[in-house]
Amino acid sequence: MAVTWNDVSEGMSIPELKKNCSTQQLVLWAAGSGDFYQIHYDKDFAVGTGLSGIIVHGALKNAFLGQLVHDWIGNSGKLKKYGCSYRGMDFPNEDIICKGVVTKKYEEGGEKLVDLEVWTENPQGKKTTPGYATVSLKS
Amino acid sequence: MAEELPPLVTEEMKAQVGKESAPSTSELDNTGIRMFARSVGHTDPIYYDDAAAKAAGYRGIVAPPGYLGTPVFNPNAGSRRGPGGMFGGPEPTRPLRRVLNGGTEIEYLEDICSGDVLTSTSHIASYEETKGSLGEMLITVNKTVYKNQLGKTVAISTGTSIRY
Repeated sequence: MAVTWNDVSEGMSIPELKKNCSTQQLVLWAAGSGDFYQIHYDKDFAVGTGLSGIIVHGALKNAFLGQLVHDWIGNSGKLKKYGCSYRGMDFPNEDIICKGVVTKKYEEGGEKLVDLEVWTENPQGKKTTPGYATVSLKS
Repeated sequence: MAEELPPLVTEEMKAQVGKESAPSTSELDNTGIRMFARSVGHTDPIYYDDAAAKAAGYRGIVAPPGYLGTPVFNPNAGSRRGPGGMFGGPEPTRPLRRVLNGGTEIEYLEDICSGDVLTSTSHIASYEETKGSLGEMLITVNKTVYKNQLGKTVAISTGTSIRY
């Protein structure tokens, strides 16, 4: 069931979303997003730019965080704003764990709002994609 | 201390800050949305099925977070970024050949669904130069405003790119 505003408390964690990208998923994303930069599917090209290999698209991790929040709020809530910074690289076939914590619960302009800190974590526990989101929920 | 290099950002670049680009069009259809949703791994049927989207109160299949339509491709038009190589526009004082996506923010003001046609204009909000683990870096912040076919502003995106 979708979460309601009344259910939310500051400091609570939202259910995690685990991802692990195959190179095939990165090619799917290239087609879906229109980002055809070769560092995301051509290993020789990636190494030629100084990277250790193919890396996961930052915008895909941003989309994962969008899914994390959507899966939590369902269709009774609305995602109003979200964003993230790309602080660390993630690689194919390594876990990307998406997590979120409620940082603020408040009412504004007649809306029941919740702010979250969201992020992706790599297998070493490093937050490679720290971000934030604001959602409106029904009571 | 090594000798100080002149700034990367030129006067010509500074003059570009805040200038609105020509409008650009992106479209949303069922196929494009499904492709995007599938590539992320979404499982909610509102991103795949028209009836499910309508049952959930939307006009049609819903654009997943991060999807603002597919730019209309025209093989005979120049790059949107204009001539002058990969980035277009005025170049910094020293060549920076590599680019990383620094960050993204999207603010949603209205639902975005299949059938929508979005018109966007963007501008450079700021240039900043810094030194980091990758050496000399130029950080460019771009803001893009998306309006739908009814003229309503539906989303504002902010993108940060890092050239090094």
